[in-house]
Amino acid sequence: MKYVDEFRNPVEARRLGEHLARRMALPELQSRRPVRIMEVCGGHTHTIFRYGLEALLPEGIELIHGPGCPVCVLPPERIDDCLTLAEQHDVILTTFGDAMRVPGSRGSLLQARARGADIRTVYSPLDALQVARDNPDRKVVFFALGFETTMPGTAITLQQAVEEGIANFYLFCHHVTIVPILKALLDDPFMQVDAFIGPGHVSMVIGMTPYTFIADQYRKPVVVAGFEPLDILQSIVMVLEQLREGRTEVENQYIRVVSRDGNRQALQAVADVFALRARSSWRGLGEIERSGVGLKPAYAAFDAERLLVAPSVRRAEPVDCRCSEVLKGQLHPRQCPLFGRACTPEHPRGALMVSSEGACAACHQYQGRG
Amino acid sequence: MCLGVPGEIVAIDSAATASAVVEISGVRRRVNLTCVLTDNIRPESLLGQWVLVHTGFAMSLIDAAEAQHTLTLLAELEAFSVDQEAAP
Repeated sequence: MKYVDEFRNPVEARRLGEHLARRMALPELQSRRPVRIMEVCGGHTHTIFRYGLEALLPEGIELIHGPGCPVCVLPPERIDDCLTLAEQHDVILTTFGDAMRVPGSRGSLLQARARGADIRTVYSPLDALQVARDNPDRKVVFFALGFETTMPGTAITLQQAVEEGIANFYLFCHHVTIVPILKALLDDPFMQVDAFIGPGHVSMVIGMTPYTFIADQYRKPVVVAGFEPLDILQSIVMVLEQLREGRTEVENQYIRVVSRDGNRQALQAVADVFALRARSSWRGLGEIERSGVGLKPAYAAFDAERLLVAPSVRRAEPVDCRCSEVLKGQLHPRQCPLFGRACTPEHPRGALMVSSEGACAACHQYQGRG
Repeated sequence: MCLGVPGEIVAIDSAATASAVVEISGVRRRVNLTCVLTDNIRPESLLGQWVLVHTGFAMSLIDAAEAQHTLTLLAELEAFSVDQEAAP
């Protein structure tokens, strides 16, 4: 496949690994070991485990798998609310396949569907809108989740619903934003990270400038990267080069897709439809101020929150979960006592085991439990 | 979740609703073009263009020259390592 295969070449990947070893042997980097690099995005985490990239890295480079899997960080109470909506007899709940297995306090959407609730997976929010067109006597709710990559699609779909006057279409919105969570991690005294690999597809929407505070105030390099193995390895080379030269900048490895200012049309649609909420809740990380969006009052008629009599309250998470330590780079997934035992992809107990982009689930899928 | 795949625009479905058909690894599917259209970029002008597709939306035009440039940089990186080794 064009733009994919050439960035997956295994021979080149091995050579890049050797190149990284030579770089790490340079005196300026020798003294910095270990260099800890956080890949923010769950898509990167998935690539790293799928292609075994950690095995190509020389000693002295550690990858910390960050919080950028929106499925993993979905709090249980939002799933509970989805269940409450789906149990209303006139509601069809639609969402992405990724959300179906996320455990709420009363089970997952998949389990609710098995009990008879009308829950349908869609590939695009536009497919959910089509379900609404096809079922004018039902209320069709789209459970919208994801980071900035996914927000424009939701926004444009809603604009289209308004334009066509489709009154039985509703959004249940749990979109979240990447910058506040990065800031929360950077402010955490236990956080041990020297540099970031920035999320390529979020950046395709928001551009590069939202990360400048990481380079300027926290003095850590950021390299926005693509999702193929060579993209990630090249971005690690770029991170090492910044560290060696004592620079902290926001650089772009994924130039074929990401521009400095992001996507203007996408940002306009997002600004039209969404407003920041005062705070949003994250599985494994607690509540974070101004880290998620809801619908603007102008779109209140389409807001599925108003179909709920009372939203579910936040619930305590299992006390034995150590996801937050994994997220901060203090613990490898395998070092968690629950990993592969009380917590598996089939029965996730912690956030990071929920989706194949979560650090623990990816580790479990490609390296086994042992 | 933020998964995006490259696809080639092979047909314009409806310019009015910004709907097109992309081919991804031989499979055709409909995409919405709203995010890649500007006053200067009309739907018809995008035939044959590669785009990054996410949840049914074309989110970015893939820059062929920049993709090539990245591959060239990667090749140079390896050459650089060899030179370094060869140096006394």
